[in-house]
Amino acid sequence: MKKWMLIFVVFLLSSIAIGCIGGPEGENTTTKSPRVLTISTTTSLYDTGILEEVVAPAFKEKYGIELRFIPKGTGGAIMDAKNGASDAILVHALPKEQAFMEEGYGVNRKVFAYNFFVIVGPKDDPAGIKGLGVTDALKKLVEYGKTHPDQIVWVSRDDGSGTNTKEIALWKVAGFNFEELKNEKWFGTTGSGMGNTLLYTSEKKAYTLSDIGTYLKYQKEGKIDLDVLVDKGEQLINVYAIIIINPKKIEGKDFDDAMLLTKWLTSEEGQKAISEYGKEEFGRPLFYPAVPVLEKKEGDVFRWMLKYGFMKDGENYTECPIKFQYNPIYNFFEFPATMVEG
Amino acid sequence: MAWDYIVQGFSEALGLITEPYVIEIALRSIKVSGVATIMAVVWSLPLSMLIGLKNFRGKWLVKTFVNGLMGVPTVIWGLILYLLLVPRGPLGALGLLYTEMGISLGQALLITPIIISIVVNSLEAIESEIRELALTLGADEIRASFQVVVESIGGIILAVIAGFNRAIAELGIALMIGGNIYVKGGHYNTRVLTTAIQMYTVRAEISIAIALGIILMGIVLGVNLLSNLIRKWLT
Repeated sequence: MKKWMLIFVVFLLSSIAIGCIGGPEGENTTTKSPRVLTISTTTSLYDTGILEEVVAPAFKEKYGIELRFIPKGTGGAIMDAKNGASDAILVHALPKEQAFMEEGYGVNRKVFAYNFFVIVGPKDDPAGIKGLGVTDALKKLVEYGKTHPDQIVWVSRDDGSGTNTKEIALWKVAGFNFEELKNEKWFGTTGSGMGNTLLYTSEKKAYTLSDIGTYLKYQKEGKIDLDVLVDKGEQLINVYAIIIINPKKIEGKDFDDAMLLTKWLTSEEGQKAISEYGKEEFGRPLFYPAVPVLEKKEGDVFRWMLKYGFMKDGENYTECPIKFQYNPIYNFFEFPATMVEG
Repeated sequence: MAWDYIVQGFSEALGLITEPYVIEIALRSIKVSGVATIMAVVWSLPLSMLIGLKNFRGKWLVKTFVNGLMGVPTVIWGLILYLLLVPRGPLGALGLLYTEMGISLGQALLITPIIISIVVNSLEAIESEIRELALTLGADEIRASFQVVVESIGGIILAVIAGFNRAIAELGIALMIGGNIYVKGGHYNTRVLTTAIQMYTVRAEISIAIALGIILMGIVLGVNLLSNLIRKWLT
């Protein structure tokens, strides 16, 4: 009996050992590991799936370099990069990007995509905000709310997220104080994520601010019944940029391959891939390519992108100020300030 | 009405369980936590024998400490390991952050106190019965100790299984040290069952989250069943 027990144990342990180490592990050591780039990225970009499904496969096919994406908030992505965990970062928060570069960690920044936050609401749009500018729409919603205090008109995430931060800023531009609005009877808060907030908004036939990706996903799965009512407007623009880790500040990072990725993202091929993602699934793209707009040098979106996604360098607006440029293999967009302000 | 989407999620999930992508993640989970269990056993067994079979001052304190370690939350392990393993950190040169081996190391540390605690208990229970007997029958000290370990094999197996179950079911370390990385056909993927379930729930892709959840529950319950069978067999 005991002998059988021992044999069984030896068999169990060795089969686990063979299964674990001999199998997949062995494969890894025999086949040559490909080159790899580690990219810290903001969650709003990652959660749409564009990085895993489009960017990584296309880039690997072209250059044989695998991309490893670490999804974190913009703050977390920057911390990872400062700690030496990543070769480049994908972010969308201009002031934080600027600070990151000022501290000497980032170089050769390129803007590669943009999209818009959206204000969504019930199809019949009782407050009548469809097609209005953001500020007018918000003013109208407050008006409508004050005359309908017995129902929830606006739902806020109120969770300190990026979208919530944007919402607070938008209310401020429209002349309202978020903290005061929260006391209004018609003003609901969820204190939770975008998905929950959309579900609640839909149930209450109310309005809310959403990122386009989460909205489209929930809408497509039939979980919510809300329409996009306001989706254009300079304050709603959301500009995504890639910043490469400064090789002089942090050693051992793959500076050259990170530049290849940046070059590919802003190339015709990369920009096309970005513009097509989600079109088939959601009926509209989740992201718009930035380069064609910048090449055209005109239009509202062009000016907004400069205002909310470019850095001031002397008399110019630039993707990357000269002092943060380090042996680039590509050019940076740079425009005189008069194109935005004058 | 409210149950509709759950029912729908389950029916879709059943079709997803055999997807290669789902199986790949399940196999990675088993592999990562299997390696963790082996590592933990390798260093836990000698330590357990030291604690269980020797009498020394402060033994009680050591055992209390080990028991206390069992209560360390996985996110705390994740945080500590992140600080140590980040490239700028003291162990950064090992390059373990955002790798399968990194998760395995973290899970091995997580389950070490569990394994030690169970093994020590069973060694102590057996020792009082067997040791005297073996010595009176003419065995020397080392042979007697060896005999105690052999007799405790049931407890050791249970410890291994409990450890594996804890490792495969934890989320904190896999998320913070692994990073939930996935690229199709990639060499550096670290997405395991728990991190995938978390991600798909957040992304509102409920069906695949349920499919992965069913597999995880299957593994945990299956291993538990095995553990109970062994227990039954031994008594």
